[in-house]
Amino acid sequence: MTSSHGAVGQAHSKAHSAKETSIPVGTKVVIDEAGLSALFSRLIKIGYQPIGPKVRDGAVVYEEISSPSDLPVGFSDEQEGGKYRLVPGTKGSFFEYLVGPTSWKKFLFPPRHKMWSADRDGKGFTVENPTDDAPAYAFIGVRSCELNAMKIQDKVFGFGREDKCGAGIFSDPGYVARRSKALIIGVNCSRAGKTCFCSSMGGDPHMKEGQGYDLTLTEFAPSNGKHEFMMEVGSERGALILDLLPHREARSADVSMADSQARKARGEMGRKMVPDVKDVLPRNLRHQRWDEVAERCLSCANCTMVCPTCFCSTVNDTTDLKGDHAERWRSWDSCFSIDFSYIHGGAIRRETKSRYRQWMTHKLSNWHEQYGTSGCVGCGRCITWCPVGIDITEEAKAIKNTGE
Amino acid sequence: MRHAIKKKEASCACYSGGADPMHPRPFRVLEIWKELSDTFSMSLTPEDGGPVIFAPGQFNMLYVFGIGEVPISVSGDPTNRSVLIHTTRAVGNVSKALDSLKAGAIVGVRGPYGSEWPLAVAEGTDLVFVAGGIGLAPLRPAIYQAMAERHKYGNIAVLYGARTPEDILFSKELLRWKARFDIDVQVTVDRATGNWQGRVGLVTKLIQSGGFDPMNATAYTCGPEVMMRHVVDSLHERGVPLDHIYLSMERNMKCAVGFCGHCQWGASFICRDGPVFRYDKIVDTLNVREL
Ligand SMILES: Cc1cc2nc3c(=O)[nH]c(=O)nc-3n(C[C@H](O)[C@H](O)[C@H](O)COP(=O)(O)OP(=O)(O)OC[C@H]3O[C@@H](n4cnc5c(N)ncnc54)[C@H](O)[C@@H]3O)c2cc1C
Ligand code: SF4
Ligand code: SF4
Repeated sequence: MTSSHGAVGQAHSKAHSAKETSIPVGTKVVIDEAGLSALFSRLIKIGYQPIGPKVRDGAVVYEEISSPSDLPVGFSDEQEGGKYRLVPGTKGSFFEYLVGPTSWKKFLFPPRHKMWSADRDGKGFTVENPTDDAPAYAFIGVRSCELNAMKIQDKVFGFGREDKCGAGIFSDPGYVARRSKALIIGVNCSRAGKTCFCSSMGGDPHMKEGQGYDLTLTEFAPSNGKHEFMMEVGSERGALILDLLPHREARSADVSMADSQARKARGEMGRKMVPDVKDVLPRNLRHQRWDEVAERCLSCANCTMVCPTCFCSTVNDTTDLKGDHAERWRSWDSCFSIDFSYIHGGAIRRETKSRYRQWMTHKLSNWHEQYGTSGCVGCGRCITWCPVGIDITEEAKAIKNTGE
Repeated sequence: MRHAIKKKEASCACYSGGADPMHPRPFRVLEIWKELSDTFSMSLTPEDGGPVIFAPGQFNMLYVFGIGEVPISVSGDPTNRSVLIHTTRAVGNVSKALDSLKAGAIVGVRGPYGSEWPLAVAEGTDLVFVAGGIGLAPLRPAIYQAMAERHKYGNIAVLYGARTPEDILFSKELLRWKARFDIDVQVTVDRATGNWQGRVGLVTKLIQSGGFDPMNATAYTCGPEVMMRHVVDSLHERGVPLDHIYLSMERNMKCAVGFCGHCQWGASFICRDGPVFRYDKIVDTLNVREL
């Protein structure tokens, strides 16, 4: 995920033409609040649309933002199975909150979008692409688990793949275009929540070098009027932006403060996934536990909507009144809906237990075979946002402990 | 446990050609004709004049302007590079809209997609095609190919079951094949009507008596899922090894290119790892209810 990727966004090339940089990838610097403000104005100036966390309707969601004052200043949150609550956090902090109900996927893989339109002409009809007016996004505040989720969706939609079309493997041009333009400014987690379990999904609350961010911030809690962020450069693109911000070199004290923050967050991880879940589930497709979880599951699909890796979609074909103009729209779909598996004669997965089983075995097991990675990054959203608090880690543990 | 059956590079020459795999390519309906009371066939030719390339067993997404898109297997001859033939049962929204089209209409086509009926692996063996109902349509391209290279195979048996004599698909063609004498064609119906003189009973009965050497045969089956389960059991009972049996699966499909997630079946995407699977590789998946 460096600037070597294919399609180059307008913002991207503008950033490049700005000037050469001598800041190498891997550089660590420290910026203050003024530096953060400068980052926003810089991004906007070179053509990015900043997207980041914002408090709306009692939750932190990702939306268009334009300055640090839009961030969830002074907010923290409490999360548990089926529970989410914003609470006051460290005064003046920007990034103490943890992941909320939205994820970056809604920008790269929009919940509903027009795939193409077609117009009748004398002979038949012609199909046209909608002009993709999605701006170059600068995602500010991407957490480590979220970047991992993005990289999982990259595999699904074929971003960064060399072979474009072969052996039935395709790329989604819209996703690829939006993703190549997007700039990723990560934020390391200063704490972990009660529904977090990234550590047991191969992740970490702090970003690793080479993980795929352009820049990453570690927020040092504000105190005595001092509010600083360590910034790490992950790509040449990131370096070009940092070059124009007021900053100082990071000292070893800064680096060790960041390290101890990471250790603290790791220690706070509220949940844990059983280790060999990938192999356990396929052996237990007839386990009693599926019936039990189905008694609680409402098939509401919340878990699939909040999950940053879930990618299922459906299409909808429409025409205008005269029947001369047709459109195809794609929208998010969920394996929890009964129509999802409909074939002539009826749905395949009629029972809730089959649908829950489909979701969970796909996430934790089948995904490995399909994409060489788990479909779960341990962000905990599905646990927090399940109205009845069903917990994927609990279900996995129960099946492992009592199954084959 | 990879379910995919090796595909030809054919999937690269996808009709949708252009950069966007979700764009249909316009094809013109040359002819449309009734096969049965609820089933019709249509021949299509690409508006851009390009070739029609597919392997037996592959399918296309057929789009009716403004109505929708459905997966339909190719039922025509793979050696004919200029027309595409599809045979469809009109059961719902899109398939009925396809049925109502007239010659000259334009249909959007994406494909071909999916795995093929592998005939090359069966050279030197007897071939057994077992079809039920509309399932004869997706098998027909493989039968055409086998007949075109008849010398490569031992005995060829086509065993077909339909509900009633009125539901026998491609009945004239079945008679023509029968007349060739180098291929054993047997048809049975669940329920006799009119002056039906032929066999009555399940297609599995034909397997018990079919003229092929089970130890040296390759079987291909397509039809309703329950029927295919019984077919596999009967083939196995007669001694056909499980890794010599291929079947074609059907699931809901919205994109056919691995994005929509609908056709997942265990770890497989039916659109690209299937629809044709080798039985021994999917037996565990097939035996789980509502998977
Ligand atoms: C790989 C494959 C090959 C097929 N080949 C043939 C063929 O050669 N001939 C034939 O008559 N039929 C074939 N079918 C089945 C055919 O696709 C369905 O009958 C058709 O989709 C029904 O759509 P509809 O809009 O007419 O019906 P509706 O009942 O209105 O269906 C609504 C929607 O549900 C989905 N759907 C419904 N039934 C099916 C189904 N059986 N399979 C997949 N999606 C479905 C479709 O997205 C459809 O648009 C095939 C299916 C698959 C998956
Ligand atoms: S399955 Fe749950 S914990 Fe895992 S990535 Fe999806 S929402 Fe997060
Ligand atoms: S597991 Fe929870 S969130 Fe998911 S469908 Fe069931 S009730 Fe809804």
